[in-house]
Amino acid sequence: MLETIQLLAQGFVVVFEPQNLLLIIAGCTLGLFIGAMPGLGSVNGVAILLPLTFLVPPTGAIIFLAAIYYGAMYGGAISSIMLGIPGASTAVATTFDGRPLAKQGMADKALIGAAVASFVGGSISVVLFTFFAPPLAHVALVFGAPEEFALMMLAFATFVGLGGDDIFKTLFSICIGLVLSAVGFDIISGEPRLVLWDITGFLHGINFLVLAIGVYGIGEMLWTVEEHALGGGKSMLSDATVTVKRTIAALRELVKTWKATVMGSFLGYFVGILPAAGATPGSLMAYGIAKQMSSEPDKFGDGAIEGVCAPEAANNAASTGSMLPMLTLGIPGSPTTAILLGGMVIWGLEPGPRLFVDHSEFVWGLIASLYAANLFTLLINIAFIPVFIKVLKTPFTILAPIIFTLCLIGGYAPTQDMHDVWLMIVFGIVGYLMRKLDYPLAPAVLAIVLGPLAEPAMRQSLIISEGSFMIFFNRAYAGPIMVAALLLLFLPLFKMLYDRMRATKPAAE
Amino acid sequence: MYKSKHTLKKMACALGVSTILAAMPIVGHAWEPQKPVEFVVMAGKGGGADKAVRLLQSIIASDNMAPVPFTPVNKPGGSGAEALVHVNGKKGDNHTIMFTLNSFYTTPLRQPGLGIDIATFTPIARMAEDTFLLWVNSDRKDINNVADFVKAAKAKGSGWIMAGTGKNSEDNLLTDFLNTAYDLKMKYVPYKGGGKVAKELAGNNADSTVNNPSEQLGFYEAGTTKALAAFTGQRLPMFPNTPTFKELGSDMVYYMQRTVVGAPGMSKEASAYYQELFTRVYNSPKWQQYISKKSLQGDLLAGDALMAYWMKERDIHEVMLKKMGAIK
Amino acid sequence: MTVRTAELLMALMMGLFSIYLMYKSAELPIGWIEEEGPGGGLWPFWLSTIMLISCGGILFNWVRKKGAIATSTKVYIESHVLGDVLAVAIALIITVALFSFIGIYGALPLFLIFYLRFMGKHSWKLTGTLAILIPVVIFYFFEITLKIILPKGITEPLFLPLYKIFF
Repeated sequence: MLETIQLLAQGFVVVFEPQNLLLIIAGCTLGLFIGAMPGLGSVNGVAILLPLTFLVPPTGAIIFLAAIYYGAMYGGAISSIMLGIPGASTAVATTFDGRPLAKQGMADKALIGAAVASFVGGSISVVLFTFFAPPLAHVALVFGAPEEFALMMLAFATFVGLGGDDIFKTLFSICIGLVLSAVGFDIISGEPRLVLWDITGFLHGINFLVLAIGVYGIGEMLWTVEEHALGGGKSMLSDATVTVKRTIAALRELVKTWKATVMGSFLGYFVGILPAAGATPGSLMAYGIAKQMSSEPDKFGDGAIEGVCAPEAANNAASTGSMLPMLTLGIPGSPTTAILLGGMVIWGLEPGPRLFVDHSEFVWGLIASLYAANLFTLLINIAFIPVFIKVLKTPFTILAPIIFTLCLIGGYAPTQDMHDVWLMIVFGIVGYLMRKLDYPLAPAVLAIVLGPLAEPAMRQSLIISEGSFMIFFNRAYAGPIMVAALLLLFLPLFKMLYDRMRATKPAAE
Repeated sequence: MYKSKHTLKKMACALGVSTILAAMPIVGHAWEPQKPVEFVVMAGKGGGADKAVRLLQSIIASDNMAPVPFTPVNKPGGSGAEALVHVNGKKGDNHTIMFTLNSFYTTPLRQPGLGIDIATFTPIARMAEDTFLLWVNSDRKDINNVADFVKAAKAKGSGWIMAGTGKNSEDNLLTDFLNTAYDLKMKYVPYKGGGKVAKELAGNNADSTVNNPSEQLGFYEAGTTKALAAFTGQRLPMFPNTPTFKELGSDMVYYMQRTVVGAPGMSKEASAYYQELFTRVYNSPKWQQYISKKSLQGDLLAGDALMAYWMKERDIHEVMLKKMGAIK
Repeated sequence: MTVRTAELLMALMMGLFSIYLMYKSAELPIGWIEEEGPGGGLWPFWLSTIMLISCGGILFNWVRKKGAIATSTKVYIESHVLGDVLAVAIALIITVALFSFIGIYGALPLFLIFYLRFMGKHSWKLTGTLAILIPVVIFYFFEITLKIILPKGITEPLFLPLYKIFF
């Protein structure tokens, strides 16, 4: 313990070298903007800026990249709240309540909530990271395909009841998301699959972002164009203002959300540690559980601040968590850490159990920089909130073309393929038409995120077990997770049946 | 300051190219890329090939070897089919190059419908050949050599799990090799990437793998996994005590190419430029260090020699795929 | 067109799409492979089947006139709104089509001018400023800082000198 603190102190000495401090601030700011851009998330930010870091020593470089990673995680919430477009899959859950809050003129509250929750999540996780790294690394190692599938089931299960009133339309939405997620390539059989109309662009599958920007970006904007025209041309995206009084009131209200935030932080951290899971399932589960924990679950989806805080705390905590398997095992817990890992290899640092011993300056410099990056991102973010709010108050006819522009480029940037831009437009228009008929679209977006994680894990498990489903129940970690998932999945159903029985009984008598 | 650096770079470049171009009747300027060069990767972000490309990109950028940036674009779809179709469609483009693996041979063979003829692509430079070893978890105290391995795998029959990257991939070919050579029934489970495969072995979720050294290095150095034998011609310098399968009497030698390819119909001048550029990258200390650290093999191959190598490898892969039943 | 009619058309279209997806999934084995579990086409096939069944359910509700949407006689898209929505959608499609020909830096200013001037009725001064400023910011952020090269089409030669300056 004492030794750890000593090492951490040494890490802080590294971080507070002027050059490194500058790198943190630059990284956080750049990350914030990359994250806030629809279509660009931490993966793109880190991948694109990786070569820039060869100009500085490895410790400085990883500090810079970690700052970008953190900044982008915060930034993702900005476009989720302000525009309702999740810039990355990690920020999907934030749109569920962040967007309604913004529409009700409380964008400032949502942004402050997201920033503070991100800070809490980041802080809790980095403390956990500092003191409990090695034993948790072992859990990550034994987590195989059956456990992954069980975890995905749990993530799905926390989301039952997210859909609309029409059961058929909800079912349709979930299934279309899952089927679209299967497009591209089947790694188990090694065959191209569902290459629609044999267009080669479908070979790389349908990126989550294409659907998300299409539905939430283009589709939502078309919807707003319509509202705007109906309302006689007066609408704004959000009518929030920032005053000291409102900020204090918002902060005061945040105190009430501490349970959801802390739960999100712990959950996010532990899910983040698990390889292949990363921040997306973590934030989704945090949202689902926050809803179950809440005394007013009905408010979720209509602008409950806990619905912003829980996932935001979780996705930041998960981004710290996913660094753990990367550093100690050399396995990336998320796509972003996969690229960080590549960077480390280029710098000649071999991740793995020996890293903590052989390059302790690097490791502790990184850990200390997480503390610093977390704090700086909070400050920078809060400083920018008034600017963001001002942007939202720009007349709609000026903001709309800018958002459309960002959507088009955001659709192109991740894969640099015009096919994806076209697909995004199609999703946007069809999504708009479906939304007008009350098809819930969130389940489709969730399904396209979780589908590709769940399906291979399930089939790998079944190959191992030669087709027996028992593999999901008779393993030390998979079993309990799976049982929890099934309980959660059927809980609402039992409750519904029970309620219905109670309601019909008196009538029958 | 900027200008002078630029002209200096150009001079150095011209000097280097002049040796290659000496035989060609070219008047005036040597060819140089005019705009950012698209560096297509046949695999996803974070994988082995992607890491290598980002290293190449950073060597070119940090040592100021080219006047424009090289921007990696990942096209992982369909085992490289997407990347191949993309680059094939850029006939005559001097600003598109691609980093390839062995799927460069196998994907066009398995999917003739794509209409790809790799003989039309422009050979630039083979930067290395990656090696394969047979790995087991160090917890298996009973397995210390290939004979032990065969005994244990036989005893478990089809319950023996071999993890690898994707169906019909290099790992799958090697698993089939082993199954035939030693009369085993190991079950092959495809995962998404080499790093994942390595982790499945370290976590005892798989019984064995045929990872590249770069993928297993972290676990190997920590003593979590051990190598039993190498699929190489000679013993690897990093694994002096690990025998080759050749020594053990079965002729299994297999490598994975790490090669830079140009779009079909690239101009002679551009092709010469890239060959010269990647020769310099190959000889740079950073790349040499990467090769030795990751236990890669293979000399630089460029131009016609590289094309001849492709044709030979393609025939070898055709035979292997036929044996596997992956193609008719 | 009323909402009720739109509901019918959408359900029919999505039903057809589901059938197409089922057909496409069946290119891979859709059954259970012995000792290996589900074939590559199993999940997409059965999920598409559920999609088709859901469409059937929506149609069933439509026939028996159950639910707010299925009974709504309101106009699907009001005619005075339809113009705006259609104009934006078509403008987007044209802009994306132009990306490949005159490049992003040719198409975006046109889109911005169309939207700001003709949809938003803003002054030429504001329109002009934004139509120039936004592409410039995009160029700096994406191409210079992040090195994401955006499509240029025939305007490519114009950018060669810029590359020389910035890289």
